[in-house]
Amino acid sequence: MNDIIRRDPRSEWIARNRLHPEHEAVLARIGGGAPVAQWMGPNGVLRRDPHAVGFIGPNGIRRIDRSGAQTASGAARREATAGPSRRLVRIETPAFLVAVVADMPGGRLSAYDRDLLGLARQLADGDGGGQGAVLLVCFGETREEGLGDAGVDRVVTFAGAQFAGYAPELRLTALGGVEHTHEPRHWLFPDSPLGGAELGRRLAARLGERPATQVWQIGDGRCTGRGAAGATDISRALPRIVLALPECAEPVTDTTHAAEPFAAPATLPQIMRRIDDLGAVAVDPAGVALAEAEFILSAGNGIDDWDAFHHAARVLGATEGASRVAVDNGFMPRDRQVGATGTWVTARVYLAVGISGAIQHLQGIQQCDKVVALNTDAGCDMVKRADLAVIADSSEVLAALVDMVEGVRKEQRDAA
Amino acid sequence: MQRDGKRSMTGGQPLTVAALVSVGRHPVTGRPRRAEFDARAVELGLSLAPGEALRLVHAGARTPDSDSALRGYLGMGIGAVEVLEQPEGADVVPALEAWVRTAAPRLVLCGAHGETGEASGLVPFLLAERLGWSLVCDLAEVEAVDGETMTVLQALPRGQRRRLRVRLPAVITVDAAARAARQSAFGPARRGELRPLAAAVTPDREAEGWARTPARKRPKRLKIVKATSARERFKAAAAKAEGGGGQVLTGVSARAGAEAILKLLREEGVLR
Ligand SMILES: Cc1cc2nc3c(=O)[nH]c(=O)nc-3n(C[C@H](O)[C@H](O)[C@H](O)COP(=O)(O)OP(=O)(O)OC[C@H]3O[C@@H](n4cnc5c(N)ncnc54)[C@H](O)[C@@H]3O)c2cc1C
Repeated sequence: MNDIIRRDPRSEWIARNRLHPEHEAVLARIGGGAPVAQWMGPNGVLRRDPHAVGFIGPNGIRRIDRSGAQTASGAARREATAGPSRRLVRIETPAFLVAVVADMPGGRLSAYDRDLLGLARQLADGDGGGQGAVLLVCFGETREEGLGDAGVDRVVTFAGAQFAGYAPELRLTALGGVEHTHEPRHWLFPDSPLGGAELGRRLAARLGERPATQVWQIGDGRCTGRGAAGATDISRALPRIVLALPECAEPVTDTTHAAEPFAAPATLPQIMRRIDDLGAVAVDPAGVALAEAEFILSAGNGIDDWDAFHHAARVLGATEGASRVAVDNGFMPRDRQVGATGTWVTARVYLAVGISGAIQHLQGIQQCDKVVALNTDAGCDMVKRADLAVIADSSEVLAALVDMVEGVRKEQRDAA
Repeated sequence: MQRDGKRSMTGGQPLTVAALVSVGRHPVTGRPRRAEFDARAVELGLSLAPGEALRLVHAGARTPDSDSALRGYLGMGIGAVEVLEQPEGADVVPALEAWVRTAAPRLVLCGAHGETGEASGLVPFLLAERLGWSLVCDLAEVEAVDGETMTVLQALPRGQRRRLRVRLPAVITVDAAARAARQSAFGPARRGELRPLAAAVTPDREAEGWARTPARKRPKRLKIVKATSARERFKAAAAKAEGGGGQVLTGVSARAGAEAILKLLREEGVLR
């Protein structure tokens, strides 16, 4: 159907004029047969027909929606247009390139990476001499589908086992290859530990360029970054290599780009390896600081069997946390307390066992991604906060959980 | 954290270690102090090379403030800090590089970044690049040193560790994951020596054009609402930040509950 609204002033005028001989016919035509809810009376008074307001809902009850989403009955309802579509942008011959070396944890763009790509778009689309293109450099297989939506015009992927793990020297040589073949006008890195922060500084040292670090604002050919461990702002001319902080720019939201793959620069010269990665080391989860633990099993006043709780934490490989009551009662050490007066945790999964979810406790888990509550009280605040809540006795569920995990481990051992 | 017993980490002759130390600044009071990460680097150095084998060097201007800060390192049981005198606003990397070349340690320890000035954390990278040495960031622990290589644990986010074998000589940076520095004792801090050394001065021309201001608070990111109609905008603005979209399992058996929890743990990949 054509979306253009065509007005017919004459029939509108007839529709307003109740005494017009064609009034009824015109109303029927405009309103698709439905009676009109309101019209202008002959003396300029607005007349309403209350029976014509609203529509009949699915269960036969008249519903009146006053939010304005549904226009007065009668007016033909238009098909809702599909969600805002992104404008497709293709850059055939860019004047220059802006290279972004994203961290891509797990092969996907993180929110940080998207911010960085937004910044790269700003630089590429800015009026600094022609239209630039954003070149994404990634290491390892990408599993990201929406590279184009994030604002990537070209992609170079260095896949292969040799880039996996900690291989900063090899990655540096790869970036050197990109520098050689594509000569990007700018290099953008996330200033993230063990990711862009290291690689970006290595590249800067190799190329002899002085980078701007901890940058949080770019504009008019200048950039502002933090100095002196966050105490000062340093504003300077925009250098070639920029290491930016999270939220340095808005991610791309209204365009989609081609994300064309470029071949990786061929035949990297073999370098002497000075650093060998011997692999991850198993760490004792109990020794991990609570604030940086990834998976916390936290105990509250609802725990009776503490030995079973400690055993469960060991089997699950979780770091132990506790509510204040558990600490005050002497079951857990003070440094394990989570909450306003304890530690603010950042775990990806927080499993709260027998914790009611007092506000002081909930404050401490604000930054947790997934919260699981195990509680006997379905109405408590922790259950409201939780992504998954199991209403059952804690000791039974913990015992079942331990059984299942140990069972699976045993099977794996037997199979191996 | 317990201190490990002295292991014979060096095969034969002692490992020579240098730690680059800077003048720090207390984040709240702003008073000069020993820099936090540098002090951790010194602590690591003390565990690797006792006594004379550990040398500390600082490059910078000498003022009463910087002297009192450097004495913080002396108080950790260090005999002397060598001070390469540099005026304010000089590029310290060439002076440090020259010093490292003559002192020829096998290992250079640095804090991940300083607490005053640019604090970009570039010095170790520039040194390693110019000297052609290995560079390892975010070191947590040195496990063993033997002749040409050493085995170290690198700190990953979330308390994880990775084992690396690194060829010597090497530059190493240390941050909050390394063992905390011991307290600085007053007596040794007074007794220790700040040994001034003359050094070539390279002015930092590029940094002269920079504007430095006290850090401004960063604008908070607003939730961007792409709404086409007023109603959608209103709905987005009035929506609760935390909709209780969680799944609640009531009246299930312990086993079913455990299964649901296990499924979530697997999906999040926290179960190893
Ligand atoms: C100034 C101040 C600061 C505070 N700071 C903190 C803080 O930092 N951290 C903190 O945690 N608290 C803090 N508190 C205390 C806080 O207000 C709560 O008192 C405390 O968090 C409650 O702990 P809880 O949930 O373990 O205990 P309770 O509130 O007693 O909750 C126990 C829960 O366990 C459930 N339960 C009982 N039996 C079982 C069972 N068999 N199986 C499963 N579930 C069961 C119950 O339904 C209940 O929901 C602070 C208080 C004040 C005044």
